[in-house]
Amino acid sequence: MNTLEQSVQDAKQVLDNHVREIIHWHFSTETGCQFWLDWAAKQDWNPSEEVQSFEDLDARFPDFQDEYLRDLQPEVWRPKGEPYNTRPFSIFETGGTTGMPKQRIGWDDYKIDYSAFSETLNDAHFPRDHYWLMIGPTGPRRLRLAIEHLANVRGCSCYFVDLDPRWVKRLIKNKQFDQAKAYMEHVIDQAHTILKNRKVSALFTTPKLLEALADRASLVDMGIKGVFCGGTTMDPQYTRFIVEEICENEVGFVPTYGNTLMGLARHKPLSPEDNYSITYYAPQPRAVLRVIDDKTDAPVDYETWGRVQLTTLTKEFFMPKFKERDEAIRRRPIEGSPWDGVAEVRPFGAMEKKIVEGVY
Amino acid sequence: MIPHFPALRLGKAYESLDKTELTPLHSEEPIAQISQVNSGIIRRDYRKIGEAAAALEQFTTDQLIEISANAGRIFMNETLPVGDNGATQTPEEYISTLSSTTGLPYSLCRFNLQKIEHVITNLSTILKGLTRGLPTKIFDEHIIQVDGIDVCYFPAADSVGTVLPSNAPAVNSLWAPAIAMKVPVILKPGREDPWTPFRLIQAYITAGAPAEAFGFYPTDHEGSDTILNTCSRGIVFGGDDTVSKYASNPNISCHGTGRSKVLIGEDMVEKWPELIDAIVTSISANSGRSCICASTVITPRYGDEIAQVLAEKLAEIQPLSPEDENARLSGFANPAMAEWIDSKVEEGLSEGGARDFSAPLRGGTPRKTEQFGQNFLHPTIVRCENIEHPLARTEFLFPYAGVVEMSQDEMLKNIGPSLVISAITENRDWIGQLLRSKNIDRLNTGIMPTCHVQWEQPHEGNLFEFLYHRRAIQRAIGN
Repeated sequence: MNTLEQSVQDAKQVLDNHVREIIHWHFSTETGCQFWLDWAAKQDWNPSEEVQSFEDLDARFPDFQDEYLRDLQPEVWRPKGEPYNTRPFSIFETGGTTGMPKQRIGWDDYKIDYSAFSETLNDAHFPRDHYWLMIGPTGPRRLRLAIEHLANVRGCSCYFVDLDPRWVKRLIKNKQFDQAKAYMEHVIDQAHTILKNRKVSALFTTPKLLEALADRASLVDMGIKGVFCGGTTMDPQYTRFIVEEICENEVGFVPTYGNTLMGLARHKPLSPEDNYSITYYAPQPRAVLRVIDDKTDAPVDYETWGRVQLTTLTKEFFMPKFKERDEAIRRRPIEGSPWDGVAEVRPFGAMEKKIVEGVY
Repeated sequence: MIPHFPALRLGKAYESLDKTELTPLHSEEPIAQISQVNSGIIRRDYRKIGEAAAALEQFTTDQLIEISANAGRIFMNETLPVGDNGATQTPEEYISTLSSTTGLPYSLCRFNLQKIEHVITNLSTILKGLTRGLPTKIFDEHIIQVDGIDVCYFPAADSVGTVLPSNAPAVNSLWAPAIAMKVPVILKPGREDPWTPFRLIQAYITAGAPAEAFGFYPTDHEGSDTILNTCSRGIVFGGDDTVSKYASNPNISCHGTGRSKVLIGEDMVEKWPELIDAIVTSISANSGRSCICASTVITPRYGDEIAQVLAEKLAEIQPLSPEDENARLSGFANPAMAEWIDSKVEEGLSEGGARDFSAPLRGGTPRKTEQFGQNFLHPTIVRCENIEHPLARTEFLFPYAGVVEMSQDEMLKNIGPSLVISAITENRDWIGQLLRSKNIDRLNTGIMPTCHVQWEQPHEGNLFEFLYHRRAIQRAIGN
């Protein structure tokens, strides 16, 4: 058995141990939350006893329905165990355009995830003790706090320019393209003003906003050393365009895949043989990403497209088998992340229908 | 190895990681790969458009006319690179591949090819028509004297972005004069016809034109939009949706449906059998695909008789193998398009007030057929009871016309916007009224098909006026 195979086995063992611990936490009357305890009471099986591994979890739990996060009051998700039973929680919202958004409660998960992520950033592209700028959704998003935390962990402070993706989506849906463009210009104007008047070395933004910013002036000339990007589809050609032309092969480019329900998946640093195909690896064991057949729910073969499935396994939040609205290519484990990766993530059904992604 | 079309980023070949494959209509085996670029690449290249214009400025317009004439000869006769991986094409290979992906029969490919060659080898005449006879040094010196008066024109465009269709190779002749006017061109090829613009660019470069004057960007809708909105002038071809999208932008010239018509005057209607050949040509030239093909025939009398004879003549145009030199009917690259058109005709007929004169002549064969591995729509003449009928003034992408009876006095009020009107009349008064009409872009008088083109008479906008503006100039004596 080679080193990677051993690492894969070790990681699986770690995951199975973690699954047992988290299931026990969420399905224990002392520590679990109302939602999962109520759910378990209606089952004819006991998750704490019968789920001993990730395979058991996969076999016994149904797909998580994200409507629960829209329809139920947030306190049903509060664990009864210390310290969550007494500490006020934050309420974070996911996407949404109209109506009641989906909400997730949380305390420290984003700090744990983003602190760990910080270890994957290099100091040359993301210098410590300097300044960051985030151009993107703040408001009720976890992202704003997460990015500030990430900057802080690295001794940096962060400027913010807000973008309301729900408004952009609505404009695009209503074919008000001029207004969408004007709004984007407004956002970029603010960012450009910060960059002209303040020292900033690292950016967090979406690819489209990054492109629009770089249309104004060279990122290198603006003093940017690293860009941390997420939010929309980045196929290999688009990634190449960002690396070669927007980042001028000089600014460090760190694409990420994440959301309020998962945390943050790191990318495998691009090497020539990747040909700009980005593969993301979940922060396992706290979250598990799989690429599955949408009909059978079985993992697809490596290098094959399938639907992204997320399982979140923290003491703050348990979410088994949630089908994301994304599809991706299943990739093999790598050293450092010896579990499956998800590559070239794009909206589910992107090849069949036009998806409104807007600037986010 | 199949040819690979790179993007040409101001002359420099760029191989994208995102490639589409082009397959012939009758096969699933790809015959070319096409590098696709995103809109950001187009915007970034546009920053360097000044370098492209500067490269053209190294030449006089007379030299560029000469280069263009040579390019025409090369385009027509020589083997040229197709893509960037060493593949080449003879003129015959170009015609066969163009036919295989667009559905145009060889004969119409050749017809389109000849139109392009005619334009680019006769730019002197074309420029004379566009500039109303100004000497070519207006493009070099920007100021000349005409009858003792200073005339100054300056380039209002730093580039002309052109979003090309797949079904009409000859429209490539529309951007070509821009090169002689020293305006770089940024082209988005049609999905099924990267062959023609690429070959034309290669012919120009071989003839000595600077490569950086040409952009070739296979791209998506967003990229097309970027080309049109970023270049200071844009040309786009498309249907009513495309036209309405860009109609309010004076910097974008929209070439939409032509809704060209044949009007028969009271003075000529009794001689209607003598007019049939010109009308058939108007309807069926280039397989009815050009915007200058007639889609409506308006006559004061004999509507049924004219419709019947037109239907009979057009019924002679049958689907043939693309290689058949007698083929005059194009297949559809997109079968869904043929289906959609057929359904629109049927929908119109089901409303009543219109009769399909062609259907009985087909002996039970449907309008849409699949033959020789392609989808065809058989020529169709519909006799409409009035001009308001949905089939009376609709342009379709095949030999089709609605025939309507109407008194001559009523015609001008009812024609609506028409790219070309062929008014078959010798009545000077009526011709005078037609000349004053705001609805007519080009007016042919007498027995002349709508598709007859005299290149010194530009239609659908004047490229010179689109790319150049006149400047008032006052010079002190001796200056």
